[in-house]
Amino acid sequence: MNPEVMVAPEINYLALLPMIIVGVAAVIGVIVETFVGRGARRPVQLVLAFGSLAAAFAALVWQSSTRALEVEGALAIDGPGVLLMGLVLLVAFVAAMLLAERQVDPAGDAFAPRASALPGSVDERELTKRGYLQTEVWPLFLFAVLGMLIFVTATNLLVMFVALEVMSLPLYLLAGMARRRRLLSQEAALKYFILGAFSSAFFLFGAALVYGFAGSVDFGAISDALAAKPGENTLIVIGLAMLAVGLLFKVGAVPFHQWVPDVYQGSPAPVTAFMGAAVKVAAFGAMLRVLYVALGGLRWEWEPLLWVIAGITVIVGSLVAIAQTDIKRMIAYSSIAQAGFILIGVSTATAEGLWASIFYLVAYSFTTLGIFAVISMVRDSGGEATRIEQWSGLGRTNPVIATAFAIFMLALAGIPLTSGFIAKFVVFEAALAVDAVALVIVGVIASVIAAFFYVRIIVVMFFRDPLEGAPRVAVPSAFTTLALSISVAVTVILGILPQPVLDLIERAGVFLR
Amino acid sequence: MTTIPWLTILGIVPLVGALVLLVLPRDNVRLIKQAALVFSLAALVLTIVMGLQFDADSTAAFQFVENYPWIPAFGISYAVGVDGIGLVLVALATTLVPVTILAGWNDVQEGQSVKGYFALILVLETLMIGVFAATDVFLFYVLFEVMLIPVYFLIGRYGGPNRSYAAVKFLIYSLVGGLLMLAALIGLYVVSAQQLGQGTFDFAALVGLDIDPTTQKFLFLGFFIAFAIKAPLWPFHTWLPDAAKVSTPATAVLLIGVLDKVGTFGMIRYLLPIFPAASEFYAPLVIAMAVIGIIYGALVALGQTDMKRLFAYSSMSHFGFIALGIFVFTTWSMTGSTLYMLGHGLATAALFLTAGFLMQRAGGSSAIATYGGVNKVAPVLAGFFLFAAMSAIALPGLASFVGEFLVLLGTFSRYVVVAVIATLGIVLAAAYALRLYQKVATGPESPHVEGMRDLDGREVTSLVPVVLLTIVLGVFPAPVLDVVNPAVDRVMDTIGMTDPQPALAPAGGEQ
Repeated sequence: MNPEVMVAPEINYLALLPMIIVGVAAVIGVIVETFVGRGARRPVQLVLAFGSLAAAFAALVWQSSTRALEVEGALAIDGPGVLLMGLVLLVAFVAAMLLAERQVDPAGDAFAPRASALPGSVDERELTKRGYLQTEVWPLFLFAVLGMLIFVTATNLLVMFVALEVMSLPLYLLAGMARRRRLLSQEAALKYFILGAFSSAFFLFGAALVYGFAGSVDFGAISDALAAKPGENTLIVIGLAMLAVGLLFKVGAVPFHQWVPDVYQGSPAPVTAFMGAAVKVAAFGAMLRVLYVALGGLRWEWEPLLWVIAGITVIVGSLVAIAQTDIKRMIAYSSIAQAGFILIGVSTATAEGLWASIFYLVAYSFTTLGIFAVISMVRDSGGEATRIEQWSGLGRTNPVIATAFAIFMLALAGIPLTSGFIAKFVVFEAALAVDAVALVIVGVIASVIAAFFYVRIIVVMFFRDPLEGAPRVAVPSAFTTLALSISVAVTVILGILPQPVLDLIERAGVFLR
Repeated sequence: MTTIPWLTILGIVPLVGALVLLVLPRDNVRLIKQAALVFSLAALVLTIVMGLQFDADSTAAFQFVENYPWIPAFGISYAVGVDGIGLVLVALATTLVPVTILAGWNDVQEGQSVKGYFALILVLETLMIGVFAATDVFLFYVLFEVMLIPVYFLIGRYGGPNRSYAAVKFLIYSLVGGLLMLAALIGLYVVSAQQLGQGTFDFAALVGLDIDPTTQKFLFLGFFIAFAIKAPLWPFHTWLPDAAKVSTPATAVLLIGVLDKVGTFGMIRYLLPIFPAASEFYAPLVIAMAVIGIIYGALVALGQTDMKRLFAYSSMSHFGFIALGIFVFTTWSMTGSTLYMLGHGLATAALFLTAGFLMQRAGGSSAIATYGGVNKVAPVLAGFFLFAAMSAIALPGLASFVGEFLVLLGTFSRYVVVAVIATLGIVLAAAYALRLYQKVATGPESPHVEGMRDLDGREVTSLVPVVLLTIVLGVFPAPVLDVVNPAVDRVMDTIGMTDPQPALAPAGGEQ
């Protein structure tokens, strides 16, 4: 080709190293599935996954001073971007420990021995008996992480859409691969997929409309076009609304939340942990970037929209959670409410709001990982014991695990000396700084409602006697133990000494454009 | 002045004690209890040493001051220090903890963790000391909220029947107040950021703010509701009788005797100085609530058939007096309120502990009808019970009388009608307390009381300090008044109030 017409894009590969490492590892993982013998696959995949995540994190730290638009302005390696990538990698690392656990379930790990075997079939029984493990989860997991890394740095609607799909498709699959209660799991996967596909379509349609207005899918260009063409906003406002639908779906905000409880309940606990923590980080990261960078000029349009959605989300999530009898569904509704609190931070459209939202994500993601680590350990003969009443007396029989879970509940309720309190504090502070008094009041009311069901779990665990045939707490391997310890440590330390993390976030500054 | 971080050491001692308890062997119950007692006594000794060093004539607002940055991004510091009011309440806490540990020696029932019970009490002591000593509003809030957790477990794990309902009710009520306060707290921070450039939670800096009256009214409400739930004032009181009913006597003493004082303490320390205009605006409302509480609490107490619920309603009536004293803005009444907090703490301890001893001997029933004729079989116990009842009535010569008298004196000097109505509360108090004593201790012996053994050495030892303090402070309150008066004067100064009849002798002359 004529070099004068087509100039190869200039790419700073070093700055993109984290994505490259994770992406390459995912591809190698697929090849491993084909060429490595069944017995050796698991160790190889584990080394690949943990090794690539650690290496990617090291590369990120090494290149963390980069502040540039890379790949012809398609990716922004800026302060918040680096921070969010780092958070995604850390969360993925801890989630990987949960995925790697194979001691809590006597039959193997959390995944069906072969996803294609019909639930309840002879095939399935035979495979289980032979102790087959499904190692395809590892490349799928790494692809999802890759998607997240790109999602939080994309400064171009098309790249963002591709990243969205790279992130979501493996998750749809992972959700359907539970070893226990497989029909529930498959139903969850299908719901997640169909609703997710809808929301992706909305996102794409929105991107097309925005392109129609701005003549570009590039965030900087969209922002410039908004400044250049005041008053002819119809097209881009509709586009904004549709983009918002896609992103609000991913974070599980009301009224796009219906998938959350089913998917949380049906998926294997380690996958729910990963989804609940990392997808929230990625989706909020992307939402912040779209709203603050591309559509900052439209903030008068989207601010009231987000206020209303944030308010409804915290209230609905908290209220419906009260009525739940299944712990995973309760946590699912609680995650909806928590998303609402983060939206309060997002809706401020200030740097403080951006930082507050990121801090909230840090606090919330580790608490979520810990919650699902505990849930994966409390089991009866049928798998995870998720009916809340089954947890009666856990504080008597397993004080350590119950105390850890109580700490997570107190963190979600926003009790001081936990990370959740500082998170709520920074978000409310950011909101009051822009005089969003009503929103803070709504948030406070929702917190009180929410406290009721968080406290109820503590009541069940500590103040009730164990039931007949109560579930036992499986003794986990070092993987889950470590993941749980990290989650507790982060939850407590961020509650007592949040300053270093607050500094880190503040130093990251704002989005590049 | 001094470089020794007294308050931090004082706060840490019980916490260390709690940690030590956790590593002690589970089976050696006796050692666990002794260790708990030793650590709580150590804290008491430290408090006494501090009290001797406290300079009542100092012009500094706070003594034993420490200040280290904690979360500088939001102007939050670990800042502690006490004025006279804070010191008195810290002393109340550190006095009542060893008393309750000794009195609650056998509170923990078979199959429950003794370790957990005493460790929770010690953790609670740390938090109580901290909450009265904090001079950073954020630190105060954090401790104010965290305090709920040990109490929640003390009620929910170690209480009587229906305990988890009472524990949750207590927690949810308190959280409602706490979260409203959080919103107001952040609002205050935002105002400080607007006025000072850099936001702060430092108490002195916040007092210096010039907040416009409308904002003040909103922020005041956030704080006030939290304090009114904590104290509790009518109509925010409904959690108290349930919590008091199911708590062990030791928990009830700490909850009502000390913790609830955080509410009234918060009104003097934070509401009045930081929101002077709003305090003046809302004063009639608060006074009305207080007076209703005094009468309503006393009337409902009169109708109770359960001792512990009776004490809860009588406390509510007394909290009405304390709040009244604070919001009539006179030096006497405010000093009186502080003394009343002290007196009421002691009276509550005497009431709940003697009632607890009674209940232990009669199978745990707190129904008044269970008892009768106790003074024939257990004269010492009945004697202490009579003393406790007298102290609840605020008999002259006892600590609560000084407080009550000063409050009424101050109220009378400003609002005669209010003082007259409030005085009815005293008459009613005599009615319910004497009726209680009469039913429990006099008359024919009830079947539950027959063969009841009298107090043993440990039980008497736990009550004697309370009785002695009640009498000493009732007869000779001057040392406490000397400590409290400068602090009260400072509060009056910051809110720009003067006493209505400055010609009268200052408080302290009625000994």
